[in-house]
Amino acid sequence: MSTETSLSLTDAEQGSSLWHDAWIRLSKNKMAVGGGCILLTFILVALLTPWIAPYSYETQNLDLGATPPSSAHWLGTDIFGRDVLTQIMYGGRVSLAVGFIATGVALIIGVTWGAVAGYVGGRIDAVMMRLVDILYALPFMIFIVLLMVIFGRNVLLLFLAIGAVEWLTMARIMRSQVQSLRQQEFVEAAVSLGLSPATIIRRHVIPNALGPIIVYTTLTIPSVMLLEAFLSFLGLGIQPPQTSWGLLISYGAETMEEYPWLLLFPGLALTITLFSLNFLGDGLRDALDVRGSKD
Amino acid sequence: MSLLKVDNLSVSFHTRNGSHQAVKNVSFTVEPREITAIIGESGSGKSVSCYAMLGLVPSPPGRIDGGSALFEGADLLALSERELRAIRGRDIAMIFQDPMTCLNPFMTIGQQLIEPLRLHKGLTAKDAKVRAIELLDEVGIRSPADTFDSYPHEFSGGMRQRVMIAMALINEPKLLIADEPTTALDVTIQAQILRLIADLQKNRDIGVLFISHDLAVVADIADQIIVMEQGVMVEHGSPDAIFNHAQHPYTQKLLAAIPSGHRTAERIKPDPLIAVSHLRTWFYPSNVKEPVKAVDDVSLEIHRGEVLGLVGESGSGKSTLGRSLLRLAPITEGSVVFDGIDLTQLEGNPLKTFRRRMQMIFQDPFASLNPRMTVYDTLAEPLLLHKICDRKSLDATIATLMDDVGLARAFIRKYPHEFSGGQRQRIAIGRALATKPEFIVADEPVSALDVTIQAQILELLIALGREHGLTMLFISHDMAVIRQIADRVMVMYQGKLVEQGDTEEVFGHPREAYTQSLLASIPGAALSA
Amino acid sequence: MLRFMLIRILQALPVIFVVITATFFLVRSAPGGPFDQEKVVIPEVKKALEAQYKLDLPLHEQYFAYLGDLAQGDLGPSFKYPGRSVNEILFSGLPVTAELGFYALLIALCIGVTAGVFASLRPNTAQDYIPMSFAMIGICMPSFLLGPLLVLVFGIWLDWLPITGWGDIPGDKILPSITLGSAYAAYIARLSRAGMLEILSQDYIRTARAKGLPEWLVVTRHALRGGLIPVIAFLGPAFAGLLAGSFVVETIFQIPGLGRFYVQAAFNRDYTMILGTTVFLSTLIVFFNLVSDIAAAWLNPRLRAQFKGGSQ
Repeated sequence: MSTETSLSLTDAEQGSSLWHDAWIRLSKNKMAVGGGCILLTFILVALLTPWIAPYSYETQNLDLGATPPSSAHWLGTDIFGRDVLTQIMYGGRVSLAVGFIATGVALIIGVTWGAVAGYVGGRIDAVMMRLVDILYALPFMIFIVLLMVIFGRNVLLLFLAIGAVEWLTMARIMRSQVQSLRQQEFVEAAVSLGLSPATIIRRHVIPNALGPIIVYTTLTIPSVMLLEAFLSFLGLGIQPPQTSWGLLISYGAETMEEYPWLLLFPGLALTITLFSLNFLGDGLRDALDVRGSKD
Repeated sequence: MSLLKVDNLSVSFHTRNGSHQAVKNVSFTVEPREITAIIGESGSGKSVSCYAMLGLVPSPPGRIDGGSALFEGADLLALSERELRAIRGRDIAMIFQDPMTCLNPFMTIGQQLIEPLRLHKGLTAKDAKVRAIELLDEVGIRSPADTFDSYPHEFSGGMRQRVMIAMALINEPKLLIADEPTTALDVTIQAQILRLIADLQKNRDIGVLFISHDLAVVADIADQIIVMEQGVMVEHGSPDAIFNHAQHPYTQKLLAAIPSGHRTAERIKPDPLIAVSHLRTWFYPSNVKEPVKAVDDVSLEIHRGEVLGLVGESGSGKSTLGRSLLRLAPITEGSVVFDGIDLTQLEGNPLKTFRRRMQMIFQDPFASLNPRMTVYDTLAEPLLLHKICDRKSLDATIATLMDDVGLARAFIRKYPHEFSGGQRQRIAIGRALATKPEFIVADEPVSALDVTIQAQILELLIALGREHGLTMLFISHDMAVIRQIADRVMVMYQGKLVEQGDTEEVFGHPREAYTQSLLASIPGAALSA
Repeated sequence: MLRFMLIRILQALPVIFVVITATFFLVRSAPGGPFDQEKVVIPEVKKALEAQYKLDLPLHEQYFAYLGDLAQGDLGPSFKYPGRSVNEILFSGLPVTAELGFYALLIALCIGVTAGVFASLRPNTAQDYIPMSFAMIGICMPSFLLGPLLVLVFGIWLDWLPITGWGDIPGDKILPSITLGSAYAAYIARLSRAGMLEILSQDYIRTARAKGLPEWLVVTRHALRGGLIPVIAFLGPAFAGLLAGSFVVETIFQIPGLGRFYVQAAFNRDYTMILGTTVFLSTLIVFFNLVSDIAAAWLNPRLRAQFKGGSQ
């Protein structure tokens, strides 16, 4: 009997999990795969910038001045004779870092907040979500500008401020996920089996809530990067000697009449990144079959 | 001349994942002044063939591969979209399955009702309104003038279906296509709507094409029955021919699957496993002052080894009662004594011990299994949690469970979405049996399944119940199913138990008026006669 | 409905109060006094100035004094331009920003809704892909990049349109309005496409077709209303975004509006101006959120009915 059993179980056909199915769907989506590849390349370049940048970041060459793209400087030089490619690579480090770290902050706060509110329910949920509602109604853009004005243009503060805005939506999504999952019959079945709440959350709720969270996280990164660039453009974000794509665009805009490449290339870098992230996010949304999370 | 003559109709769907022929060379006729019924299970192509004729199958992915559908001499399939539109809603009207979603929630009943009149007959809004109110009255809507200015959400499912019927009939069509018009309704409402459709058909002399999965429903009203299986028409004939002299094996299988007969009542000696007294489960919705009294002062006993059937319409509180017994719904008041212990007082570990002894089987096998866990994981979870077996014997135990519920062992690593509805319900039954429970609450376990699958699952439940000596609370809205499986029956209405007794006694000699009306509503009187 | 509105308004009031309080204390806790930068302020003058701006009072008294002034609609004097009050500056910029925002929103709604609805009618065809590609570009092309690019192409290289000012030369309103509106046109296009697709898959659309309604009536009469509710609900947040966007657009095109004043005040550390503008803009945003919420609820008969009971 036992030999027969073990035999039949090792013979079992391997099923295809939802994650696996989603992966297949995603890999068929050319735009999403393209976006993912570009993004990976950009991240890799950003990580390796100090070693692979063609020129040094700070060295100025005032004699050279602004030159259009050439074989020595692929993307030209700025008015101080600095290599634009190098500038964009260093700026990308900051822009991407802000995007990922601030989104990470939002992710941690939002998911925890939403999961607790959704699972505990009742009065605690009402209070927690009421707070989110109030914060939601606050004009955050203006508040961030205010913060940056008052406490100086500090990168750490920027991370926190942006993360603090974006966690709200994350919390809402997580809560509605947990709430709807809690009413699912398979969670009820788990309760009737006698599983502890912690196990139910870990094994039955979180794996099923993950899809929308992944999608929304992917779509939050570009909006965070936009916010950073927006502030930097106004001169309220990243400050020299550090640089970011927003700041480079702002400089480029000042001198675009004479040196349009100073505007075009940083702009292109930002736009391509945003494109990649959005395509990847849309692709993930389709692949994971997530509906109505944001638009 | 036939009203509608369909000849060699073929429809297929072409998606990125491949092609699939939904309707294969189907031919049938609909006579004027007759009700023609198309019967089939899900995926039989019964709806698609009707939608295709009216150009209501979205294309792509749908494609009509061939055939003709002559309606009063004109081939519907050859008409332009514009010509077809002139026929839809004027000469051929439709009603659909789910009245809750088929009316536009953003428009008043009246606005939607006068639309076909204004469109096809060019009536003024004023004249159309007069006509609409007349018709609302005819389909049995009280105070039709007020209804005219109301929104759909203010009405129950049955009322909405009446509105849908009024809307379909408003232009005096020659053919009415009814796609499962009573499937989403309670049994008493279903009986009313069926009578309404039959009466209107007679009074107005129209042809009706009635699509259904339920042979019993069409038994009473159809003049002609067409049976479809997987896109192919397998048999057609008069109800008498179909019910008494079915030729095709599939038709015979369908007929055999109609729940019928009853359990040979084994005299069970009254030995209560569960005693419920004065149970109240009330809910307090946030924006309403009055609590919803889902279960209101219910007392009952369930004896060891019996199958207790709990019948009621939607909203009667039967599901909540079942969940309250298992402590899955918050009990407001009263006690549930299981084998001498009051469950309402238990928490934590003692409750967990009791959870092992009582399990639940849910209605929707699509929702009751975690989509991200394999069958193996789903079955292993209760086994390991309650230490039914150790890791070494886990594989063997799971394999035995699979055998018990009739699933091939080779499926063990598969995920729920890779199974059919019936197979999933088997997995769910396996999970419930894994803890070796004494008591099982089965909440409409066969309602979401096709009729042939339904018969199989019922058989499985009966066999497993006998084999494991299970006590079962079997909840259903379907009287025929209850009669087949239950030793005793309880009838629930608006949160209260209105009648209980041995199954044959309740079915044979119902005492309460509500029970009588429930029994009178069971479709298929013509069948049993 | 009245009750719904009342509840919403009552919910909005604490938000505005929180904004006022938080802004006030944030600004007051800023390092360095407003007059520290001025080099030649002798102590007596500084004292007199501080008295004039009530800076010599304890903080909580300043706060209550400010609340009192606010209640009368007085946002106080500007630190930077001693002759002018914050109210004066605000109201000189308001009409300009309002006009800019109005045009931008008009562009966003007209283009966005049209594109979104058209795309939804034939999903996964060219009619869907083309407008949605443009929408994607709109979303990935922020105003601070689009603005300079438009200026470069249409203002400088082609020399078709003026590149600065507002209402000085004919045509100078075109580029700023497009710059500000395009991202929202893109968002609205995506929103209305998703909303319409959702509604078009509903059963009641099939009912409408079964009645023999021509497709354009199915869309306009049965689908549009439900499909555009998400767009209406988005208008509140969009308004907040437009205001923030006006900071950038007014800076790029040198338009004397609220946004530019706010950015200037931020650089000048003109605290009363920052405080006043924040309070004013925040109130506006909260108000518009309220309006778009109520409008979206009004369009949904079920929600409308839910709150009917209380109004009688």
